[in-house]
Amino acid sequence: MSAPVAEYDRDLFHPEEEPHHAEGSSTMLGFWIYLMSDCLIFAMLFATYGVLGTSYAGGPGPKELFELPLVALNTSMLLLSSITYGFAMLNMTEGKQRGTLVWLGITGLFGAAFLGIELYEFSTLIHEGATPPTSAFLSSFFTLVGTHGLHVTFGIIWLVTLMVQVARKGLITANRRRLMCLSLFWHFLDVIWIGVFTFVYLMGMLR
Amino acid sequence: MSAVSHGYDHPEHGRQDHEHDDEEAHGSRKGYWIGFALSVVLTAIPFWLVMAKPLSSQATALIIMAFAAAQIIVHMIFFLHMNRRAEGGWSMMALLFTIVIVGISLAGSLWVMYHMNANMMPAQNMQDMGGMG
Repeated sequence: MSAPVAEYDRDLFHPEEEPHHAEGSSTMLGFWIYLMSDCLIFAMLFATYGVLGTSYAGGPGPKELFELPLVALNTSMLLLSSITYGFAMLNMTEGKQRGTLVWLGITGLFGAAFLGIELYEFSTLIHEGATPPTSAFLSSFFTLVGTHGLHVTFGIIWLVTLMVQVARKGLITANRRRLMCLSLFWHFLDVIWIGVFTFVYLMGMLR
Repeated sequence: MSAVSHGYDHPEHGRQDHEHDDEEAHGSRKGYWIGFALSVVLTAIPFWLVMAKPLSSQATALIIMAFAAAQIIVHMIFFLHMNRRAEGGWSMMALLFTIVIVGISLAGSLWVMYHMNANMMPAQNMQDMGGMG
């Protein structure tokens, strides 16, 4: 009696001739496509900065405003957070919940340090009178760098949320999938930052 | 390369078969360190070039652009674990499509707006051009 029922169940839910698709098996591709759309947003902001970045309207230019040592420090924070997230993922693969949480925490601290330095830079600029309405250059600068900063902010919120999830539920399949999505997001932000420090800060100092 | 050998030469890892994609997508400790070391070099040199100014502005600009492109590729390979096989090749297709769109929009915007600026110069500059046409 029980055997036919089991067969019936299998036929209904998992036909043998079809490959078994794990729950959320297409999530990573979907998330990747989301990231590519995010990439297009940044491309538009980079293009806007490229077009407007030399329109100072009599206001200060990059050479008077940017401090490269600060940008270098900022860049190293983000780069360090990328490799610490990598270590969190390796710990996750090895099934080490504690290690994963510790490395996620360190990643979050580096991310927060990056954000703190960026906010310090923004406040310094605004105190110097270099506000977004001053010139098209500053409008596009604050929009581009600010959008990246917002992404990092949401990344940190997401990271803290996942730390709570992992602490409460452990490294279950759903949490692993979420951590992999955030991994893509976090490394992607580092990729965008390469464009920002090269195109905005370094090229700005060369003008 | 390591992902391929992992797939075909290490049957002892079969117990994690269902997490096979996971492992491919996470890279190795060595991979992360290589990516990190390359990134540090590819970041430090452009900053040094701009701060110490050993070369002309134009040469520096070209070099830092090349270094940025190289570092983006390094991040793609060692941190984002991009390869032609991820998600049955669809990740790479989405990436290539995005690169094409990004290239068109960036190059197109800069090109169009540069010519727009050149053709909408103030009147006193236009007189020079009027002589030519």
